[in-house]
Amino acid sequence: MKSRDFFYVRPGSLQQALQALASHGSAAQLLAGGQSLVPALNLRLAAPEVLVDLQDCAELRGIKVSGQSLRIGALTTHAQIQSSPEVVQHVPLLARAVPYVAHTAIRNRGTIGGSLSLADPAAEYPAVALATGAVIIVQGPAKERRIAAADFFKGLYTTDLQPGEILTAVEFPIATADDRSGFYELARRRGDYAMVGLAAQVSVAQGKVAAARLAYFAVADRPILAKTAAASLVGQPIGDPACLSAASHALAADLDPMPDLQAQSQTKSYLAGVVLKRVVQQLGVTS
Amino acid sequence: MNAQTIAIRLQVNGEPVEADVSPSMHLVDFLRERLDLTGSHLGCEHGVCGACSVMVDNTLVRGCLMLAVQAAGKEVHTIEGLSDAGALHDLQQAFLQHNALQCGFCTPGMLLTALDLVRNHPDASRDEIRDYISGNYCRCTGYQAIVDAVESVLVARKNALSTSTSAA
Repeated sequence: MKSRDFFYVRPGSLQQALQALASHGSAAQLLAGGQSLVPALNLRLAAPEVLVDLQDCAELRGIKVSGQSLRIGALTTHAQIQSSPEVVQHVPLLARAVPYVAHTAIRNRGTIGGSLSLADPAAEYPAVALATGAVIIVQGPAKERRIAAADFFKGLYTTDLQPGEILTAVEFPIATADDRSGFYELARRRGDYAMVGLAAQVSVAQGKVAAARLAYFAVADRPILAKTAAASLVGQPIGDPACLSAASHALAADLDPMPDLQAQSQTKSYLAGVVLKRVVQQLGVTS
Repeated sequence: MNAQTIAIRLQVNGEPVEADVSPSMHLVDFLRERLDLTGSHLGCEHGVCGACSVMVDNTLVRGCLMLAVQAAGKEVHTIEGLSDAGALHDLQQAFLQHNALQCGFCTPGMLLTALDLVRNHPDASRDEIRDYISGNYCRCTGYQAIVDAVESVLVARKNALSTSTSAA
């Protein structure tokens, strides 16, 4: 299908983009990499009157260390993240996740800011942001807001972004020598949407798990932390398969997967245990 | 609201192009309908099948997921330009030899993806070839012959490189 007609504006700076949003109000939609929005336009699932193309907003690009965080500009593409030595070094969980994002041609255009602000419940980055405790930075007409990932994702394709605001960057805490990460997702085809996925960030002390955050995705309307399962890992030797029985059992208290086109709830519950096993194996290998 | 048109300038297969386009026109429709470059195919029009793959500033993109206005100021290369320039010669030959095409609908996109792979990942394994072409659907061949063809080109290019190195 073909998109409906729309009016196109291409502001030259973040300031101009904010002005364009302010003047067009709810008729406007932001265009970043377009790898989810353009299909939605083509399928007429989205029909904005005005498209505000952010590609000339240079302020939204780049990856840099900022204090104890790695700051990634909203327009940074998946391909740029995948080829960034800083990401590998400082946010290894993100580096593990990015190859699972779609395919090469889409990774060349799609952006991290677009993915976070779309908040697809089956997407990788929201779960990575939740597991790592990332902070999402948004700019409104009057002020900037810094929002913890745990408070940013509000539901199905719903975030804390308010009308007139633009997601400008995300800051991931820099991993320490005691941090371990694991990432796995099951999909029907390579690069396709996850049936179930898990992004895990664990800190280790004396070979044992000191703290763990297990962010599951494609099981609910947003990424969610499996807190009971994570608590059951604490105090266990890192990567020890013996911890899996208790942790898998605990998942029943954490997850009540929503069925979707990919799988029934029971199937997703079972697969949540499968991805946990594979992620725990990864945690052991990286230690 | 009156329909908007936007003047764009870009390079297509090395030639400068100027046109007035509707902002809702995506890049592949522009190439096919305005420039008569019909080698890039439209399959799904939502980014799943890969038949519309083109190169923009030397990176592989989905032509159906990029608006023509977003390509303003950029260099676009299509199957027509790349095959005329000989960039695909060995890949085309290998696809023929290995029966890596039947109906041919996916072939232009498959060749561009394969070109991107052999340029950027000369040491790719069979598994990596499969991963790389996983965003391009072929409904005829079952992929095995395509993987064979791409692998044969990787090997041949590597051998050519080592021969020229040892000769020097």
